[in-house]
Amino acid sequence: MLRQLTLKDHFDEYRLFSSRTIVLLVFSGLLLLVLFSRLVYLQVIAHEHFTTLSEDNRVKLRAIVPTRGLIYDRNGIILADNLPSYRLEITAEQVDDMPSTLQALEEIVHIRETDRSRFEKLLKRKPRFEAVPLRFHLSDKEVARFSVNRHRMPGVDIQAGLARHYPLGSLGVHALGYVGRIDEQALKTLDSSNYSGTTHVGKTGVEKSYESVLHGTVGLEHVETTAQGRVLRVLKRVPPVPGNNLYLTLDSRLQAASEKAFGDYAGSAIALDPKTGDILAMVSLPAYDPNPFVNGIEYTDYTALRENDKEPLFNRALRGQYPPGSIVKPFIGLAGLEQGITGHKSSTYCPGFYTLPGSTRKYRDWKRTGHGTVKLDDAITQSCDVYFYDLALSMGIDRIHDYLQHFGFGKRTGIDIQGELPGLLPSPGWKRARHGEPWFPGETVITGIGQGFFLTTPLQLAVATATLANQGQRVKPNIIHTAGQAGSSVLQTVSRQKDKVIAINDPAHWDRIIASMVHVVHGVRGTARHIGSDSPYRIAGKTGTAQVFGLKEEEEYDAEAIAEKLRDHALFIAFAPVDDPQIVVAIIVEHGGSGGAIAAPIARSILDSYLLDKAS
Amino acid sequence: MRPRLPASHHDASRRGWQYSLHIDAPLLFALVGVSILGLMVLYSASGEDTDLVWRQLTRLGIAFAGMFAVAQITPQVLLRSTPWVFVTGILLLFAVLVMGEVSGGAQRWLDLYIIRFQPSEMMKLAVPMMVAWYLADVRLPPNRYHLLAGGVIIVVPVLMIAKQPDLGTSMLIASSGFFVLFLAGLQWGLLGFLTVIAAAAAPLLWHFMHDYQRVRVITFMNPERDPLGAGYHIIQSKIAIGSGGLFGKGWLNGTQSQLDFLPERSTDFIFAVLGEEFGFLGILLLFAFYIFIVIRSTLIAIQAQDTFTRLLAGSLALTFFVYIIVNTGMVTGLLPVVGLPLPMISYGGTSIVTLMAGFGILMSIQTHRKLLPT
Repeated sequence: MLRQLTLKDHFDEYRLFSSRTIVLLVFSGLLLLVLFSRLVYLQVIAHEHFTTLSEDNRVKLRAIVPTRGLIYDRNGIILADNLPSYRLEITAEQVDDMPSTLQALEEIVHIRETDRSRFEKLLKRKPRFEAVPLRFHLSDKEVARFSVNRHRMPGVDIQAGLARHYPLGSLGVHALGYVGRIDEQALKTLDSSNYSGTTHVGKTGVEKSYESVLHGTVGLEHVETTAQGRVLRVLKRVPPVPGNNLYLTLDSRLQAASEKAFGDYAGSAIALDPKTGDILAMVSLPAYDPNPFVNGIEYTDYTALRENDKEPLFNRALRGQYPPGSIVKPFIGLAGLEQGITGHKSSTYCPGFYTLPGSTRKYRDWKRTGHGTVKLDDAITQSCDVYFYDLALSMGIDRIHDYLQHFGFGKRTGIDIQGELPGLLPSPGWKRARHGEPWFPGETVITGIGQGFFLTTPLQLAVATATLANQGQRVKPNIIHTAGQAGSSVLQTVSRQKDKVIAINDPAHWDRIIASMVHVVHGVRGTARHIGSDSPYRIAGKTGTAQVFGLKEEEEYDAEAIAEKLRDHALFIAFAPVDDPQIVVAIIVEHGGSGGAIAAPIARSILDSYLLDKAS
Repeated sequence: MRPRLPASHHDASRRGWQYSLHIDAPLLFALVGVSILGLMVLYSASGEDTDLVWRQLTRLGIAFAGMFAVAQITPQVLLRSTPWVFVTGILLLFAVLVMGEVSGGAQRWLDLYIIRFQPSEMMKLAVPMMVAWYLADVRLPPNRYHLLAGGVIIVVPVLMIAKQPDLGTSMLIASSGFFVLFLAGLQWGLLGFLTVIAAAAAPLLWHFMHDYQRVRVITFMNPERDPLGAGYHIIQSKIAIGSGGLFGKGWLNGTQSQLDFLPERSTDFIFAVLGEEFGFLGILLLFAFYIFIVIRSTLIAIQAQDTFTRLLAGSLALTFFVYIIVNTGMVTGLLPVVGLPLPMISYGGTSIVTLMAGFGILMSIQTHRKLLPT
């Protein structure tokens, strides 16, 4: 390479170099200044901020789910239990060969296709050190088989949890309700922090209405985790507060007897203690087993329940609205006495039908031949319709409405289970608002025998009957007896709210009405006399029959000839013993036909079960 | 042929052990200090992985041995061998482009059967040496012709390395070559002109960037844009440094680093571990060493007795500073993420050896000086 030789001035070069070096050092100093300002910002000025971020990174909160409170009946028999439930989990990082492990597992426990696909989905999503569930609710046999083979399968483990179990199955399911997996809709209404980690929530019945009592308070674990979420240690632990146990007022033995008494009939029964309002039995039949609902019922099973004609999922006790039929007669009778419209001595002639003045339309009595001349007592005992047609018309719909209101008709009873319906106590005002039509006198007539627009729930009937039994003292029905922490000696008895007392002009009126109801059961001509003849205690009752569809004027009602689902509902109310009422029952047997023949015997078995077996 | 420089006739017995061993004691002590600090941080950053620390220690041993070896080479020999080193480096780079091993998406390695070798590391020294060699007998400040020749010496290897792609190293090499030109007296007017050209070429550069490089630039502009993706590194390293505060969380106690929140924590982001565990004071200590090394190296350059050694020493000193400022700037979020290790601290192989060889050259320059008549 040829290069031009130049003369170098070493001193000049040195000076040039030195000045350039100084320039670069100054420039470097400026860069350092920028860097150190940055460090001062990060480490001094914004230090707190970054410390918080760093703690947020490091410390994660983990919820510890509280144990759900247990539910007992009034005698301490367990209705809702938490049973150990075993699930099979696999930790991917400890498994050498996943396919062969799964294959080996399949020989030991039953693995459905859905289990497998869910497992594989989770496996992809979760970090390898986290245990992924493969199967839930292993049977004892599966647990045993796995335990023997466990050594062959590193990374596979069984975890115990608690699952809700209802040992009595369908018994009292409409009162008790059930828990199910929390769905998106439920999540919106729940306190998300208290429910973090909780998988199940009360869906119906007491389980739903007392959710806040049963659930308890979530516990928290402050854990230190790595960036991948692996838990290194627990920094702090706030233990959960388990949910309160509940003792229901329900008597499971009586509940069982009541359900049995219905045989194959669909219907509902309420038994309550008139002094306290305690619900002793709440029957709604057909019932269903709540256990499959806890972990998600199979779709086909659920469809079968939903499409069943007899509607097993329907809570008839609180939501079934039926015409009360002749059940209202004692109440209308009392209204007549109190308002001086009728007297216990005044009588009406019953030819078997009734016509409004100036009209030819006949309102028929259930007894075509008529009851002859009847007084109030006869009219209640024999359930004469004509007497009450006449009384109702004389009283007028407004007075009927206002008086029956005192007994709680047309209003929710306020029971502590959600979902109750109010029934319907009709009035001209209601009809105008609802149908835009005026009230017709004929409608007053049939209201007198509990037909027409009039609708009641079985619970309302029971509460109204309790008011009669208490001679005016109203009660609020309740299902909870006591609540308290497990193992705690302090059980809080739920305070019963005494409701107001119905003011009355002449207390003797109570006695007359109750006496007539005793005659219904024990009188020679009582509509329920065959349940009274051999009764060791005295019962006051009233039969009722509610039309499912209307007959034409001249049509004959022939129970044998018409389809079962068009047959009348059979109703019965009763309380006993008459002198010191301890139990009130209200029965509705759907399509049972006659109140006296079908509903009354069911009531008798319930009363026997409560009053006789209890004594023994 | 270029004229030979007169052989040095240093007299070791009169100047002490540093001259007989060709060691610059202040520089050596500072380098050992940084290394010890680095090993401590690495021990923590690696999750107390003793094996890894041993490997790093071995590497440091080799690097220091290399430094001693290089320090024994006289500047004259260095000067004479410079063109050969440079040409060999270019050929190796060419070989990498043709038959290099692909690792981590980039083609940087050459498998020489005995060792895997990154020719780009060699060019970190060869480029400034070559530019300094070229300017050694040119009358300074260099004229346009010489500047253009110097520019070509720089740009060819830089483009070859950028193609691998290894943007960090190519920028580092470009700046080391540029420093030689600048120290040789690159005219301010021309510098301004080049700056304008570079600014104008920026969109063009963007066009030639790889996607991941573009993401880095975008992320630098706004790390919160993708906090769990591209922005994650920088967010976590800021949290680590910031939460360290003045005094740090203590050795082995950094939660960001110990719990895996900080990515690349034993390599490119190890500065964040230092910041988290030793705080601002720990960083000050590290910078005390670093600044001392840069100033000492600059002094060696100023004391150098001929153009070649002076320019080379100056360039090495400043390149070391660039190394520091780019890595710390990146980790603190001042600069976009470029894959440059923190010198002497980050876990990693070849770069330490190269770096220490550079200090070997500096020591050689310092200890092979002729005694000037007083």
